[in-house]
Amino acid sequence: MIGTALFTLLSHWRRHPGQFAMLVLGLALATALWSGVQAINAQARAAYATAAATLGQDRLDRLQSPDGRPVPLAEYVALRRAGYLVSPVISGELRAGDARLRLLGIDPLTAPPEANTPTLGDAGLDLTGFFTAPGLLLMTQDTATAALPPDLPPIRVTDTIPPGAALADIGTASRLLGQSDPSYLLVAPVQPAHLPLLATATTLQRVAPEQRADPAQLTDSFHLNLTAFGLLAFAVGLFIVHAAIGLAFEQRRATIRTLRALGLPLRSLLTAFGLELAVLGLVSGLAGLILGYAIAAALMPGVAGTLRGLYGADLPGTLSFDPAWAGAALVMTLAGVAIAAAQAMGRTARLPILATARPEAWGQASARLMRGQAMVAVVLLAASGALALWGGALITGFGAVACLFLGAALLLPVTLTALLRLAQRRARGPLGEWLLADTRQQMPGLSLALMALLLALSANIGVSTMVGSFRATFVGWLDQRLVAELYVTAPTPAEAARLHAYLAPRTDAVLPVVWADATLAGRPGAVYGQADHATFRDHWPLIAALPDAWDRLATGDGVLINEQLARFARLSPGDALTIAPGVSLPILGVYSDYGNPQAQAIVTLDRFAAIHPDIAPTRFALRIAPDRAAGLASILRDDFGLPADAVINQTQIKRFSVDVFDQTFQITGALNLLTLGVAGFALLTGLVTLADMRLAQLAPVWALGITRARLARFEWARSLILAGLTFALALPVGLALAWMLLAVINVQAFGWRLPMQVFPIDAARLLGLALIAATLAAALPALRLARISPSRLLKVFAHEA
Amino acid sequence: MSKVLEIERLSKAYGTVAVLRDVSLALAHGQTLALTGESGSGKSTLMHLAAALDTPDQGSIRLSGQEISGLDDAARAALRRDRIGLVFQQFNLIPSLSVAQNIAFQARLGGHHDPARDAMLARRLGLSEMLGRYPEELSGGQQQRVAIARALAHAPMLILADEPTGNLDEATGDAVLDLMLELVGETGAALMMVTHSTRLAARLDRRLHLSRGQLSAPNAV
Repeated sequence: MIGTALFTLLSHWRRHPGQFAMLVLGLALATALWSGVQAINAQARAAYATAAATLGQDRLDRLQSPDGRPVPLAEYVALRRAGYLVSPVISGELRAGDARLRLLGIDPLTAPPEANTPTLGDAGLDLTGFFTAPGLLLMTQDTATAALPPDLPPIRVTDTIPPGAALADIGTASRLLGQSDPSYLLVAPVQPAHLPLLATATTLQRVAPEQRADPAQLTDSFHLNLTAFGLLAFAVGLFIVHAAIGLAFEQRRATIRTLRALGLPLRSLLTAFGLELAVLGLVSGLAGLILGYAIAAALMPGVAGTLRGLYGADLPGTLSFDPAWAGAALVMTLAGVAIAAAQAMGRTARLPILATARPEAWGQASARLMRGQAMVAVVLLAASGALALWGGALITGFGAVACLFLGAALLLPVTLTALLRLAQRRARGPLGEWLLADTRQQMPGLSLALMALLLALSANIGVSTMVGSFRATFVGWLDQRLVAELYVTAPTPAEAARLHAYLAPRTDAVLPVVWADATLAGRPGAVYGQADHATFRDHWPLIAALPDAWDRLATGDGVLINEQLARFARLSPGDALTIAPGVSLPILGVYSDYGNPQAQAIVTLDRFAAIHPDIAPTRFALRIAPDRAAGLASILRDDFGLPADAVINQTQIKRFSVDVFDQTFQITGALNLLTLGVAGFALLTGLVTLADMRLAQLAPVWALGITRARLARFEWARSLILAGLTFALALPVGLALAWMLLAVINVQAFGWRLPMQVFPIDAARLLGLALIAATLAAALPALRLARISPSRLLKVFAHEA
Repeated sequence: MSKVLEIERLSKAYGTVAVLRDVSLALAHGQTLALTGESGSGKSTLMHLAAALDTPDQGSIRLSGQEISGLDDAARAALRRDRIGLVFQQFNLIPSLSVAQNIAFQARLGGHHDPARDAMLARRLGLSEMLGRYPEELSGGQQQRVAIARALAHAPMLILADEPTGNLDEATGDAVLDLMLELVGETGAALMMVTHSTRLAARLDRRLHLSRGQLSAPNAV
């Protein structure tokens, strides 16, 4: 019985192939964007997990110098001789042009088993080659085929090394990096019982895994953003599916009644419906997975660049298939179909067998439903405001955005109806009146598609305003922060001293840049020493400060901190901050520090030298007349033999920073455009759906003396009017979203707040895109109407077969 | 008496099915004509061709002496707008417009709107109290009266009514037809009405019967 019912239901799609294609495509698009984002997230998480597990970083404590410098070899030797189970690691980066490679040098003979030093137990590894010159580098296939620095030892491919990194014997790493002292020591979890506590045997700082910056944590908000975008696209796609299923239900209303009248039990009918939808969901879901994989593969290099630029997290630039995300995406698709079909299933269950046919009833929301929607929308918008203002957490920030979107979407049909009613009162001419009245009447049928368009446009406005504001602020901030004309890095402190002596009489100022890693308010960060100079006093962007902050800083009795530290640790000027054991200073001011995920504090050079007497500056910011900068740079490179990247001018740094920034938001732009595309498709679906059902309304107007071509132009104009009005409503929603992103989510996720700027040209461009999308979406139904045969229109009036 | 509608040797087929074959008829000012026939006999097709809603395969249709079968889409639309009044079985009112707007719609399209005439028609058809209502708020009889008012509001020379009482009960149908005949008589327009009912057909000046696409009395004009 169910088989017969299923066959009857499926026969509908054979007669409506276009509708079937729309349903499958809508569902496939929704699945594609969602699964694509999930694929990227899964890939990133796997890369973070590999990185975290390397050398047992997720389990083993480390010993490191409090100042972040390498551990003296003598200190390591002393600990080993005393019997402590510690193992040296040299870590550094090899660079040559664009090629870069993170190198980890290990001593397999002393490494604790928990370090899980990869592949040493592998039969295929040439141990002699690994230990003896020129050594071996272990890396993944992806890393091996990427651009690498020249003159590397032989490479062996293994899949347990993080992307962009290589593992080598400590001797090999020492030679390649030019560093003889270990960067840090791995500490075996169980030390010999007879020895005193390790802490009493060394002045080195012991750091537990949870105290170190974890890329998975740092990038959480980025992936949450991606997920939110994927979910938005999925929701927009579901609007298409809902529309297609709703239309199919209306068109099959008579069939359903007949089946019921002929004795098919309701349960069997609903089972057949469920089976039909499950089949459709699976077919579309699989198509969506393929499309999603293609999208993810296309976006992956951008995402990898973004994560490297923002967080220094290394990801492979290529995508691998993981059945977990594919399965999850399919489940999500089927759940989405169930949600989209719930209304049609409910109607089927309630459909009286003998009711008269009302083909126009589809989607006709009653005034009461509209009022109910409006009330729910107002509550949601109020909740959104409350969450944004008083939520105080990342999750409440996303909650505020979700409430804003949902509230705005529900309010859209009510607002559009009110606007159209208002316009109708002012309309001149019968066709204008008819167009507006008819558009108003179509609202229930089109509202889902318009909601999808509203969401896509709002997201576009919000995200582009956020990115634009961020970019403008960032570029302005770079101009303020990077005022020195040249930045020079010396290879050693001795060379730095020689450079300083040479530069002092030839420049307006030589400003040392010196820093040390530090734990600030319980977070990993850095303390910088900075000269008291007009370069900083006049340009450094302070967003909160005590009076005479710079004068007090110059005396050494205070510290400036970055915005991230101030927000996370809830510190403000006047509070005290411990910057080294036993050194606590009052906070004099807070400065903007965009793009830096870590806590940072600034003291004077003298104060820094007092805390870290062993750290001498090797970097200098040089003030010099701009027209002399290039000449001096050449002299430094030629006479001092400094490599090209050791002498950087201001323009280079700015260009690099802006490039990193632009790459960071490449994926956002791509997802934005894809979401708008899906919304355009939703509009097309809505219009095509309505076009078939609206002949009954259009035929009389045609019969009364309006040509088909003119009617088609009206239909087209109607779409543009609706898209224009939707855009007008999306504008405030998008700006509200931008404010939430800048003032709530950014602060929670990154620790900095940005001033919001509005970009009218971007908005105008988006309006243009929305109108193009509406024009394209309306073109097909309008063209079909213009070319429809009179006999099809006459069928509306015909009561004879 | 001058002819409003002259149809000569008209043929129309949909695919391989010949719906009308060699049909000829004429209708003068002030005349009323009932067109009867079984389902599928071609009554509605003939009506649609006369209304310039469709084009014939062969033959000629003249409205006040003007040949309309060769006109383009725009000219045919203008003809319907200005000179023809249509009444359908399903009423086919515009659901998004009020009763008053529906009545005035066609007249306003053609630029012939006369509010006094609208008011007169509404009064005569008993619609004065429901001008602000929408079609879905009216009964079938009321909707058909609105359709009749719309068909007469621009003072057309030819009124074509396709089963105007087909969806109404007998009493309401009679009342609606009474009003239509009365108003058509007053305006001097010609009326061609398709109906299944011989009883209603008998109330019109003349009656023609269509069977398998041919008029049973082709020369009975």
